[in-house]
Amino acid sequence: MKILVCVTSVPDTTTKIAFTDNNTRLNKAGVTFITGPYDDYALARAVELKEKTGASVTVLNVGEADTEPVIRKCLAIGADDAIRVNAEPTDAYFVAEQIAAIAQETSYDLILMGRESIDYNGGQVHGIVGEMLGIPSISPVMLLDIEGDTAQITREIEGGKESLEAKLPLVLGCQEPIAEWKIPNMRGIMTARTKPLKVVEPTGTDKLTTVDSYELPAPRGAVKMIPAEEAETLIQLLHNEAKVI
Amino acid sequence: MSVLIFAELDEGKIKKSSLEAIFYGAKVAEMTGTSATAIIAGPADDAELASAGRFGATKVLHATDPKLTEPNGMAYATVVAAAVQQEGSKVIVLAKSSLADAMTARLAGKLKAGLAANVIELPDLSNGFLVKTSIYTGKAFAHNELKADIKILAIRKNTITPEEKDGTAPVETFTPALNEADFAISVKNTEKSSGDILLPEADLVVSAGRGLKGPENWGIVEDLANALQAATACSKPVSDLDWRPHSEHVGQTGIKVSPNLYIACGISGAIQHLAGVNSSKVIVVINKDADAPFFKSADYGIVGDVFDILPRLTEAVKAL
Repeated sequence: MKILVCVTSVPDTTTKIAFTDNNTRLNKAGVTFITGPYDDYALARAVELKEKTGASVTVLNVGEADTEPVIRKCLAIGADDAIRVNAEPTDAYFVAEQIAAIAQETSYDLILMGRESIDYNGGQVHGIVGEMLGIPSISPVMLLDIEGDTAQITREIEGGKESLEAKLPLVLGCQEPIAEWKIPNMRGIMTARTKPLKVVEPTGTDKLTTVDSYELPAPRGAVKMIPAEEAETLIQLLHNEAKVI
Repeated sequence: MSVLIFAELDEGKIKKSSLEAIFYGAKVAEMTGTSATAIIAGPADDAELASAGRFGATKVLHATDPKLTEPNGMAYATVVAAAVQQEGSKVIVLAKSSLADAMTARLAGKLKAGLAANVIELPDLSNGFLVKTSIYTGKAFAHNELKADIKILAIRKNTITPEEKDGTAPVETFTPALNEADFAISVKNTEKSSGDILLPEADLVVSAGRGLKGPENWGIVEDLANALQAATACSKPVSDLDWRPHSEHVGQTGIKVSPNLYIACGISGAIQHLAGVNSSKVIVVINKDADAPFFKSADYGIVGDVFDILPRLTEAVKAL
């Protein structure tokens, strides 16, 4: 079985976001970049499947050269090799096109990725890849088991979950609790240095969307504190002042 | 040419978030000098479908094929793509949801559409087609230019306040060719809490964290939520500990909500939790720790014991 895991390199979840160049670029100064948390779940499940069934795991990132530490970490966690498409991943259709182009060269049984990247939060790339390849896509996937050519899947839906069955190949957007996040060990870190990381140039499509500028939300006004002994006043304030109940 | 709105049903009724999408789509149609058509799949009676007219739709296409009874993102994408072709639509509007996400991506792939997810305002058409979206899990906004011929706008809850007017929209039965491959996934079992208010749809949310000390104490949270007709939610540690289901977890790696009111009980307010809730209109924080960081992001705060405060708030709501 061949598994492709697509990962994003994103600011750590604790990052205070700021912009630069007249609000046209993220200010990367002091920002730690990590593997997308949802992508990390996808990778962890892929490595578990590798350990269980001997599957091969290839990591794919669409990103510029500064994403390579994240890719090396994925290799240290247990992926066999990696591909980086040398382009800024700013448009969902564009990114999906790059992934589909790689997937058309090698036929993967499973293409896994996070349910969404935590920078743009679109949650669309897996579905577009599925459409481009003409195979089913499912997201957000909470449980994944493979028996032969059939996948047993649990997907979260609003207010609950559903159990699904589908034949491979599939594209899946993953989330917890599909697997526990894996932390690379020393041997993994050493071997990751020599695992193959191929860099390819993007296939040429114009981006269908571009970001003109960014903006930070206006700060909330000062908090109005209500003494605990007068807690009931809160309900009056929500009713008469904020008018939300 | 028209604006096409993909509206979802919940037990035969148009979802509230979809009414918002219809109203938003009608506004875009007004701005671009065209009309707004809604496409709805699955069983619903004509009176319900025609009510889309009260929110600005001038026509409703009803996809009635029994194969579409169960929500299916891939099959719905095929239906919507056929409607886009029939109507010559250039802008497609829908409300974010798990079904809409599944549908939208496949549709964008079919139509090579420019896609904006988490749209929070009407578009700016003064120079091209600009839409404002929420990014970095609510920590920032982006002004996106959609350059493709066909544009898809997935709007977030509370993007626009729908205004109702008199009128109904004519309903046309829509029977496009379906694609067998769209039915390759078989649904074995669905577990859904019925009767409850769905968290992503809720106007009011009561959320609780580890300060509740254990799942057996959730009664006071549910009592307040019931009194307010609010949905219940929880923090990540609570869902990790299995005190509450994952579908209630709000935050960076859970559900993102933007209700009118978010009441956080016994949640300290880690940045990852704030990310999922900071688009709420009004935030109330109740915590016994006066130094809890959440107070800095709140509109109203009470320093106190949730076991004392929540039952009193419930009684105060009932007395309104």
